[in-house]
Amino acid sequence: MSEPDRLITPEQVRHVARLARLALDDDEVGRMALQLSAILEHVDAVRRLDTNDVPPTAHPFPVENVLRADTEVPCLERESVLSQAPAVESDRFRVPRIMGEAP
Amino acid sequence: MTASPAFEFASLAEIASSVRSGQLSARAFLAQSLGAIRELEGDLHCFNEITTDKAMADADEVDRMVRSGLDPGPLAGVPVALKDNLCTAGIPTTCSSKILEGWLPPYDATVVSRLRAAGAVLVGKTNLDEFAMGSSTENSAFGPTRNPWDTGRVPGGSSGGSAAAVAAGIVPLSFGSDTGGSIRQPAALCGIVGVKPTYGVVSRYGLIAFASSLDQIGPFATTVADAALGLEVVAGHDPMDSTSLARPAPSLLASLTEGVSGLRIGLVEDFLVDGSECVDAVVAAGEALAAAGAKVDMVTIPELLLGLPAYYVIAPAEASSNLSRYDGVRYGLRVDGPDTETMNARTRGEGFGPEVKRRIMMGTYALSAGYYDAYYGQAQKARTLVIRAFEAAYRNFDVLLTPTTPSVAFPFGSKVDDPIEMYMCDLCSIPSSLAGHPAASVPFALSSEGLPVGVQVLAPALGEAVMMRVAASLEAGASREARGPVRP
Amino acid sequence: MTDYETVVGLEVHCELATATKLFCGCRNAFGDEPNTNICPVCLGLPGSLPVINKRAVELALRIGAALNCTPQRSIFHRKNYFYPDMPKDYQISQYDEPINVDGWLELPDGSRVGIERAHMEEDTGKTTHIGGGGRIHEAGYSLVDYNRAGVPLVEIVSRPDIRSGAQARAYVDELRSILVATGSSDGRMEEGSLRVDANVSVRPVGATALGTRCEVKNLNSLRSLERAIDYEVRRQIEVVESGGRVAQETRHFDEGDNSTHSMRSKEEANDYRYFPEPDLTPLVPVAELLAAAGEGVGPMPAARRRRLAELLAADSELATRRDGSTDQVVTVVELGLDDLVHGAVAAGADARLALARASNEAAANPEGARLLDPVAFANLLKMESAGRLSATQSKEVLAELIKKGGDPAQIASRLGYEQMDASVLASMLDEVIAANPQEWERYREGDEKVAQFLLGQVMKASKGRANGKLVAEAFAARRDT
Repeated sequence: MSEPDRLITPEQVRHVARLARLALDDDEVGRMALQLSAILEHVDAVRRLDTNDVPPTAHPFPVENVLRADTEVPCLERESVLSQAPAVESDRFRVPRIMGEAP
Repeated sequence: MTASPAFEFASLAEIASSVRSGQLSARAFLAQSLGAIRELEGDLHCFNEITTDKAMADADEVDRMVRSGLDPGPLAGVPVALKDNLCTAGIPTTCSSKILEGWLPPYDATVVSRLRAAGAVLVGKTNLDEFAMGSSTENSAFGPTRNPWDTGRVPGGSSGGSAAAVAAGIVPLSFGSDTGGSIRQPAALCGIVGVKPTYGVVSRYGLIAFASSLDQIGPFATTVADAALGLEVVAGHDPMDSTSLARPAPSLLASLTEGVSGLRIGLVEDFLVDGSECVDAVVAAGEALAAAGAKVDMVTIPELLLGLPAYYVIAPAEASSNLSRYDGVRYGLRVDGPDTETMNARTRGEGFGPEVKRRIMMGTYALSAGYYDAYYGQAQKARTLVIRAFEAAYRNFDVLLTPTTPSVAFPFGSKVDDPIEMYMCDLCSIPSSLAGHPAASVPFALSSEGLPVGVQVLAPALGEAVMMRVAASLEAGASREARGPVRP
Repeated sequence: MTDYETVVGLEVHCELATATKLFCGCRNAFGDEPNTNICPVCLGLPGSLPVINKRAVELALRIGAALNCTPQRSIFHRKNYFYPDMPKDYQISQYDEPINVDGWLELPDGSRVGIERAHMEEDTGKTTHIGGGGRIHEAGYSLVDYNRAGVPLVEIVSRPDIRSGAQARAYVDELRSILVATGSSDGRMEEGSLRVDANVSVRPVGATALGTRCEVKNLNSLRSLERAIDYEVRRQIEVVESGGRVAQETRHFDEGDNSTHSMRSKEEANDYRYFPEPDLTPLVPVAELLAAAGEGVGPMPAARRRRLAELLAADSELATRRDGSTDQVVTVVELGLDDLVHGAVAAGADARLALARASNEAAANPEGARLLDPVAFANLLKMESAGRLSATQSKEVLAELIKKGGDPAQIASRLGYEQMDASVLASMLDEVIAANPQEWERYREGDEKVAQFLLGQVMKASKGRANGKLVAEAFAARRDT
């Protein structure tokens, strides 16, 4: 059984890994390229489907307008949340330096 | 006729009735459960966390209520195990992942609250494939769970721990989650009943998300009646879940023993092609139902074969987004870095196992610029085709039968290195997940190697009642030895 | 030398004035202790699920209607990106099926700016950068507060119809008054409940294609908005004139030197991987929602200005006169005093006088003025128009009236301002003239000093209630006939 064609290259893998914030070492990148290529080949049937006039289904059932009243509900005790945090300072979650502004 | 093993629990109804009447105590049933854990857990590794102290306190509370003349509820004193992707306040909930190791949710999932309110006693959190991604429970970061029928084999997945706990007689009732077959397949591999309800029938609030448009919570039990009761207790509208259907819990027990006379049952040919014992079981099941008065026919629904590829685009896509929150900022594992982005990447790189990473990558790719229409967009359309195909079939049939999964329990390590091979386990279970339809696995036969074989009953949306009716009939027609509990 | 046209589009985010957040029941409040308004949902804890706040939908529809948009069936999408202030590392927003589309905003000067869309989304938490002067790139670390995470926002995106910094300012100002008038938002830029980003480009006058645009952020006041645009336009023109090309980038406005600086952002554009939010259902603007959206909402500022202007236009001379009445109209509507003016005019007051008094004197105490009885106001204005009160006296009575209410005539009387009836005044003049014929003769011949005497006689006879100026005028009128 021959190696599946590289439907996804290591370069693309690195790009996707950056989008997904996943640190992959070189071995992992190589393996991932092969495995994802195999998966992509496997799901190719979907890509090739003739779906003119077929609407997408986002939800199994067409329910609409599920809403709730604008009424206050008791929230969480701050301590129960901060106690689970990896790093806290001044009652806030502490994170290392952020590079770049928020989009 | 094989006698029930001595270690088997009484039925849920009997347990609840004896506890409510004061005849037996919740503590007594809990002791049975904890004793089984002491004996078997070392071999099987069903649990990530055993909540002994809390369980004793809960059992005591149930017994105290009974003594005070209060009614603890329809599951009074029933020991219950929950898949470790269901949030339990103050009890570690890890999804069998290093990234959530030790995390204590500050709230209970709705299903958990309802079980408590019904008097159930939580015994522990069960092992799963990490973040519910897998079909063998080999993807757990904390080691696999073993199948009580043969400890060299997998219990199935992703709800392997919950299935094994019931199959080994540790608890009479457990809950898992099913996205593409994660309740039904382990139920089949472990010789017990597993039910995935209609999408929206059971609240997902507090179920740690894998694929939001597919995930559902459902029960494992040794009998159809017990599974039905378990489902009734947790089902019904929840305002905390926008996708929860605005309906009360379905009524299943009443019609369970009505039999199948006159029902139209379709055997889906497209899944009966490989000549395996799993296929043979379905054919035999069809014959049993026909003998019981049903009208049984073959039916071909080729569009259902689109299910697998469509699922392996949609599920990873939604998962890649659902798992973004595990970034080392607010809870869970953090691996430090000089800046936040590096910290995120290192945390996720170390915290997630290979299958989870694969799916996140697949999902991110499928959603990324330039690929959305070709993959995710197309997959959502394929989903429509599957739904339409089912609709057409259900004009002529009340329920459909397929194998639950193409194989019986397989040895450890035999599929885990080949993702595609593993994904094929979900072939028969995925279509109903995509359609949002209910489906149940019923233990029906033993393979030539003595391993359980399950048959899957599929019904249209909100068809739980007719589905469980057929399941009950199958159960009645199956040999006692084909189902658990068993001891390894 | 080429002339350049400024092309600006604005993206305005406004926080909705709901009691709770968009997807959960946590309090929507500014300034609380950090991380005290959080729950599993807005914190994005594993297993949590969003449920849409009905009031937020109503307010979003209300804003859309005020901006003349068409409401439509809409869905939510996930906008996926990583940032510490994002609890789920995706934002639930709207993408290609937003709740409001295709509207416009009319500015006080009559010009219109197109509105592309006004959609719903959730707000993020707030990050504080520590170390290195508080700016991100020099910061040692950051602290995050999620109180604001999940607060409902409406993002209003204008078409690139704005042609100057001043017009941009007027746009945001008008938008703010609409938001406040409809009760949809506080509209406070300084509190962050109104945030503005500008997309700025230039092109040669006459060109139809759009130039490369830059996004400008960190605009914390109307003044900053105007200055940033002016600077950015100058900068871009300079670049183009010197043969360069404007780089498409995001720039940060520096309040210190009123300039914009390029942000050290990554080369690759964000790939948000939008897909429909599977945890939420579509929104359909059914009658019940639209009715609730429109409930208790009066006409928009533009319509109110038009209605006021029509009052003045009835006097054709005024319509052509450049007398600052346009500014008065804007002020009166801004202060919510137009109903007062309409009421006063309906009760017989002069329109121009009512407008002037409302925009100047009443403006000193707008809250009180809004409670003023229009009929009482009209009565006061009629007294002034009839000459029974001078302008100064009228303003004093008005101040009293606003502060304490009451009847203008009684107030005037109490203050000693009550004017005499013209015929009563005339008869008093008759009496004084008759009693002082020699003085009258001397006055008629031009003796100004004796005018004071005659005036004093009338004031004495009227016990001080006569209006000195009017008495002097009455004497002069008599002398001249």
